[in-house]
Amino acid sequence: MPQIFHHSTNALAKLTIYGAVFILVALLWIAVELNRSSWNTGQWVERQQPVQFSHKHHVGDDGIDCRYCHTSVETAASAGLPATTTCMNCHKQIWADSSYLEPVRESFRTGKPIEWIRVHDLPDFAYFNHSIHVNKGVGCSTCHGQVDQMPIAYQASTLQMEWCLGCHRNPENFVRPKEKVFDMQFRQENKTNDEIAEGRSLVTKYHIQPPNVLTSCSTCHR
Amino acid sequence: MADEPHNLGPLHHSTAPVVAPGLTFASVTDKISSIVLKRKTPLWWFLGFALSFILFQLLLLTITKLVFEGIGLWGVNVPVAWGMDILNFVWWIGIGHAGTLISAILLLLRQKWRTSINRFAEAMTLFAVAQAGMYPIMHLGRPWLAYWLFPYPNTMGIWPQFRSPLMWDVFAVSTYATVSAMFWFVGLIPDFATLRDRARSKPFQLLYGLLAMGWRGSARHWHRYEMAYLLLAGLATPLVLSVHTIVSFDFAVGIIPGWHATIFPPYFVAGAIYAGFAMVLLLTIPLRKLYGLESFITMRHMHNMAKVMLATGLIVGYGYVMEAFFGWYSGNHYERFMIWNRMHGPYSGYYWALILCNIITPQFLWIKKLRSNLLVLWLLSLVVSIGMWLERFVIVVTSLHRDFLPSSWGMYQPSTWDWTMFIGTIGFFFTLLFLFIRFLPMISIFEMRTILPDAEVEE
Ligand code: HEC
Ligand code: HEC
Ligand code: HEC
Ligand code: HEC
Ligand code: HEC
Repeated sequence: MPQIFHHSTNALAKLTIYGAVFILVALLWIAVELNRSSWNTGQWVERQQPVQFSHKHHVGDDGIDCRYCHTSVETAASAGLPATTTCMNCHKQIWADSSYLEPVRESFRTGKPIEWIRVHDLPDFAYFNHSIHVNKGVGCSTCHGQVDQMPIAYQASTLQMEWCLGCHRNPENFVRPKEKVFDMQFRQENKTNDEIAEGRSLVTKYHIQPPNVLTSCSTCHR
Repeated sequence: MADEPHNLGPLHHSTAPVVAPGLTFASVTDKISSIVLKRKTPLWWFLGFALSFILFQLLLLTITKLVFEGIGLWGVNVPVAWGMDILNFVWWIGIGHAGTLISAILLLLRQKWRTSINRFAEAMTLFAVAQAGMYPIMHLGRPWLAYWLFPYPNTMGIWPQFRSPLMWDVFAVSTYATVSAMFWFVGLIPDFATLRDRARSKPFQLLYGLLAMGWRGSARHWHRYEMAYLLLAGLATPLVLSVHTIVSFDFAVGIIPGWHATIFPPYFVAGAIYAGFAMVLLLTIPLRKLYGLESFITMRHMHNMAKVMLATGLIVGYGYVMEAFFGWYSGNHYERFMIWNRMHGPYSGYYWALILCNIITPQFLWIKKLRSNLLVLWLLSLVVSIGMWLERFVIVVTSLHRDFLPSSWGMYQPSTWDWTMFIGTIGFFFTLLFLFIRFLPMISIFEMRTILPDAEVEE
């Protein structure tokens, strides 16, 4: 009887079996990587805003404090975005006729707020609160990166749950003295043994709750 | 050759031989492979397949609706959050167990009679597990996220809860499905080769040729083959016990009265084998008749399966008695109420129907005359299948609907979509089964050859 398959198909068959293992592992790896990539998380993506507002100008060059604009960051869940009047405090006088500021002036005339595009947006089922973090010595730059260097705001962290938990499990690796919270130059993470030891003493000093409380599901999924 | 084959000596105490006398290597191969390759597909096949396929559409419809609307479509709600979906899951998984028992344990115990039914029973296992697996996945509500059940490096930074029996279920059932599929496929390889060599049309030669994976039947092939098959049997054997044990843990680890019982694992395993054999009988009795396979699947098989059913039925009956006894003997208020509520509560009809189906009816199997009557045997199997479904209903629903707090009591009513889902899985099961009997040898050709008298080597 003639052979249905040529002899070479034997090798091909073996190759597919072994190959399948590698292909499966590779696919899994690609899926895991894509899941964490900025394509999925929106990390590093610079969002074009209705006004070309630059933190680099205002914070880096002019040294304006975060709280001047994000007024509720120490007291509320949301940091809040500045009202048009806040901008106009200065821009009535300086750069008062810059074309870049036209949308701001129009908003001021009409009373219609500027519609900023959200950069960070947690899903609604996750609860986040700025005030607790800021008051327990977690600096803006730990989560938001060096905002003072950003001409256009972008998301510096993945905002995925593993990122939150990475800190909630070991807060001593991140906390800093409270007075340094708004300091963009301060280290974002405690790396050396001394820094971690300081972090540990701050955890005690600020009465930061133990990881079993901070990582319990209902802390963030209320 | 005409009379009782000499090699079946030790089995003489039994009434009927494992294979009918007079079969030879060639006639066995011919007869089984011709069902797939030569014979015209009978009309009843088309009718049966069409009917199953229509019912299968009901499943697809239900699932589609479920995905869009959520599981509120079903009748489940607090307090009975595990309704038909979990009970059907357990029912289907249980049915699969007979296949594994027949193919693995009976192989290791060298029970030759298993040979003519193991292929079919394994197929049944596989198809039943496929139905079972669908239920918990659909119950997730977001079935596309079912992969969250597996421990993989996820972006949530947490592992699944390894202390939960629901997690163990994932492993138990997926291992079971994998091993069963491998066992089945490996068992089919030599037969694929036979079909490849006998097929006359090119596409079928190619198809069966691909599946045969280059099988030539050399001594080396056979040597490795036997080794692999035995290893897989060894792997599958503990699964017969472990899978349903873990399914029973889904209940037993919970603290709900009526679930929290140490008797659950053995009682579930026995129930699974009981239901499984009932299903094998339910399917083989008509099939054997329709395809004229009486010389392969003999009365001996029917008797043996009936006996297994009787034995496991008695174990299950013992389980029910013990459940009631311990409910009373515990002196625990809630346990006693649970048993009382089962017998007299709003679902007492289900309970007594279950006792009737699972304890009373199988007693007829003691009587040889009834066991030999295939119609009676078939009807008894049907009753047992229904009984085992009722058992799961009673366990799931009666325990949940009245738990510790009277304020959280409620009733459970399966919705129409619960039923369409169930009927749909039956349709899907039979669709697969019809395809199987049409395109694959439903009896293992090469294993049949080995138990023929011709295969015996004279010393
Ligand atoms: C002069 C006012 C002003 C000051 C000062 C300021 N911001 Fe902003 N910030 C804004 C405005 C306006 C936006 C919205 C436009 C944008 O996203 O670029 C914004 C956006 C942001 C966002 C992104 C919010 C989102 O949509 O998710 C972050 C994070 C942020 N600021 C952090 C800071 C930090 C940290 C500081 C202090 C170092 C700071 N800002 C100081 C005005 C200010
Ligand atoms: C404390 C004063 C102050 C406030 C408040 C302020 N700005 Fe400014 N803004 C400045 C100064 C100073 C510059 C010039 C910066 C530079 O060139 O270094 C500037 C520059 C700008 C420019 C660039 C103009 C150009 O033509 O290049 C834009 C756009 C702008 N600001 C938007 C805003 C918006 C929007 C707000 C409100 C959220 C705001 N500013 C609030 C002080 C302020
Ligand atoms: C622990 C990490 C963390 C720290 C520390 C932190 N933020 Fe945020 N910030 C977030 C997250 C997460 C969001 C997104 C919140 C959401 O989508 O609900 C956010 C959102 C914002 C926004 C957008 C408006 C809002 O509230 O949703 C601003 C503005 C902002 N942060 C400013 C700041 C400033 C200023 C500081 C320092 C005082 C700071 N953040 C400190 C994590 C942090
Ligand atoms: C860099 C460290 C850090 C990161 C990142 C971080 N947290 Fe926190 N979080 C803390 C600390 C420190 C506390 C204060 C704990 C306390 O008060 O005991 C806290 C407290 C909280 C609380 C209040 C807990 C309570 O008991 O009320 C919530 C809610 C919370 N975090 C949510 C989040 C979420 C959501 C994220 C991710 C988007 C996040 N956190 C990321 C450090 C962090
Ligand atoms: C520190 C805060 C925090 C804690 C504690 C936390 N989560 Fe989350 N969780 C989040 C955030 C933030 C997200 C959103 C992540 C994203 O968008 O990628 C999330 C997402 C999820 C999701 C994905 C939901 C979806 O539809 O994508 C699940 C599931 C989840 N969490 C489960 C849990 C469980 C279970 C626990 C307790 C073991 C837990 N979480 C504890 C912050 C937290």
